[in-house]
Amino acid sequence: MEHLTIDIAHVLAGALVLTSFMLLYQDRLSGLINIYTLHAVILSMSVAWQAYYQDAPHLYVTAAIAAIFKALIIPFSLRRIIERLGVHRTVEVVGGVGITMLIGIFLVALSLVVMLPATASADPLAREDIAFALAIVLLGLLMMVTRRNAVSQIIGFMSLENGLILAAAGAKGMPLVVEISVAFSILIAFIVIGIFLFRIRERFDNVDLFELDRARGERP
Amino acid sequence: MNSDLLLVSNALVAIPAVAAVAVALEPEYRRSAVINVCASGATFLFVLILLIVEPESGGYLFVDDLNIVFVVLSTFIGFTTSVYSASYIDHEIETGRLTPANVRFYHAMYQSLMCAMNLALLASNIGLMWVAVEVATLTTVLMVGIYRTPHALEAAWKYFILGSVGIALALFGTILIYMAAEPVLGQGYDAMVWKTLMTQAPQFNSRMLNVAFVFLMLGYGTKVGLAPMHAWLPDAHAEGPTPISAVLSGLLLNVALYAVLRFKMLLTANAAAITPGPLMITLGLASLIMAAFMLYRRDDIKRLFAYSSIEHMGIIAFAFGMGGPLANFAGLLHMTMHSLTKSAIFFSVGHIAQAKGTQKIADIRGLTQSQPALGWSLVVGVVAIIGLPPLGIFMSEFLVVSSTFARQPLLAIPLVFGLLLAFGALLLRLTGMAFGEPSRDEGEVKASMLPLYAHLSLVLLAGLYLPSHLVTWFQNVARLLG
Repeated sequence: MEHLTIDIAHVLAGALVLTSFMLLYQDRLSGLINIYTLHAVILSMSVAWQAYYQDAPHLYVTAAIAAIFKALIIPFSLRRIIERLGVHRTVEVVGGVGITMLIGIFLVALSLVVMLPATASADPLAREDIAFALAIVLLGLLMMVTRRNAVSQIIGFMSLENGLILAAAGAKGMPLVVEISVAFSILIAFIVIGIFLFRIRERFDNVDLFELDRARGERP
Repeated sequence: MNSDLLLVSNALVAIPAVAAVAVALEPEYRRSAVINVCASGATFLFVLILLIVEPESGGYLFVDDLNIVFVVLSTFIGFTTSVYSASYIDHEIETGRLTPANVRFYHAMYQSLMCAMNLALLASNIGLMWVAVEVATLTTVLMVGIYRTPHALEAAWKYFILGSVGIALALFGTILIYMAAEPVLGQGYDAMVWKTLMTQAPQFNSRMLNVAFVFLMLGYGTKVGLAPMHAWLPDAHAEGPTPISAVLSGLLLNVALYAVLRFKMLLTANAAAITPGPLMITLGLASLIMAAFMLYRRDDIKRLFAYSSIEHMGIIAFAFGMGGPLANFAGLLHMTMHSLTKSAIFFSVGHIAQAKGTQKIADIRGLTQSQPALGWSLVVGVVAIIGLPPLGIFMSEFLVVSSTFARQPLLAIPLVFGLLLAFGALLLRLTGMAFGEPSRDEGEVKASMLPLYAHLSLVLLAGLYLPSHLVTWFQNVARLLG
């Protein structure tokens, strides 16, 4: 039974890493939003499983926030945004899919190499969860680096935040204060980004950061 | 006694929070500027009470010898900047660069920033501190983008993205610290509180602490503006309103540095963990030398001084990385002096840019003739920041260099090299701007010189004579830092 519990947690965390890879190569904005929704759903399941396993009811709240806010509200508003901006077209992937995927695999290997020895004494469940979480964080960073479009950068950032929530949920008994504030911060962060997107829309007619690059003044 | 003190430290967070709501509700911008000044002043007064009453702690906030230094510094500069900001904003409204609605928002954000910074400094646990730093980042992002020009938006966007990534990495590090502490301190709140963390640190899993520190250093280091994570800093300084540049350089960088220092103490307490010093020294030297070279190619006055901030944060990180009573003392002093001087420089730069109608260095000439008060203040400020005697930064830089010579002479070579490079660059730019045939003035400026003079005279005073009380205070803190 013990093994089964841990295996389920690992399957969910592994699925999250896999979804992060899907985000990496998806080059259409609407597809990207769909995969992000999937990402959020898996996160919510993963957190809920942790809540059950750790017998920590407050984690159900975090799971519910992930399900409602991240899997419903955010994708909905992102769709509205790209509609209003008229950018359903293909997004450019800088650097090529093959290389990006290879770097991604390297990053996952790196996080396993770094985290597993460091957490040798920790609870087996938390131990592999935190390694997966680091992989998701790094993949999110990679996505932010390789993408030029503001919306895909945001999605990269949010997948990164999902990795953080996975880590926080995996850390046994981490106080509720933190989880709620994390969720809150994401909410705030999202509002800010939303405001920014609209302002950028006003000024630039699209949300491609190349436009911003052209508008900049001084070059180093 | 304990509850009195709790009240005071709560007030430090509560006053700005209430004021933020008050100015948000106040439609008249002149009155909201007054509220802004009063609230910042009141916060500063409360800090002075904390200085007199022996600090004790409880609840979500705590006061000790280390964070009180930061709190005093940040509330003081927060207060003087609010005075300066009032006249700056007046001019921006008259020239139509900002609307009264913008200003209302700006003041609300200013007080929210003060609230978040005080909370970050006083927070008794690592989770709350993280939340406060995140809020501080968000408020400054909004203020940097307030002019809504393409440049300002780009700067804000860049700051936001890099700042969020930094803050995300810091959260990961925070979670790892909790996981390292949890087997020893048990599940729950205790494993996040500074006090218990510090006392139990020797028993933590050291490998976990190592990994955590790398993330915390990179995460909070981004907010400190250390190379190579500094890319947001020059843009954010150059495109936002100048009072915000002063607050960013003078305060927000310090708050992030405070977080790094706290975690450094945690690692130092654990014998088996890596020594955090070399990492800080490397990042510090890299920032110093990179920024010193970059200073030569700037053509925007605010960007110039933003790079100078990176340079000085590099020196400070270097000093704290060296560790030991003398280097820590030098680092603390340098941090204080840099905050005072750099915000003074931004005060004068802001009015200069308003008077000349431009931030281009090439278009600013002969300031000492056309704007004597502002021009000479800039001269004094720059002379201070490049580290000439008798001003305060000379003393702190001298201490940093001499303590390095005493312990690691080889490290002193790149340090002195960087200092001299920056010295040359800033002097070169200063002579062009301050002397020679004056360029045409675009508009009248009703400058408020008081904050400027206050900062500069404090820096001069510190260079001539350091009160023994201050010295023992800083020495205590330096010993605490290990």
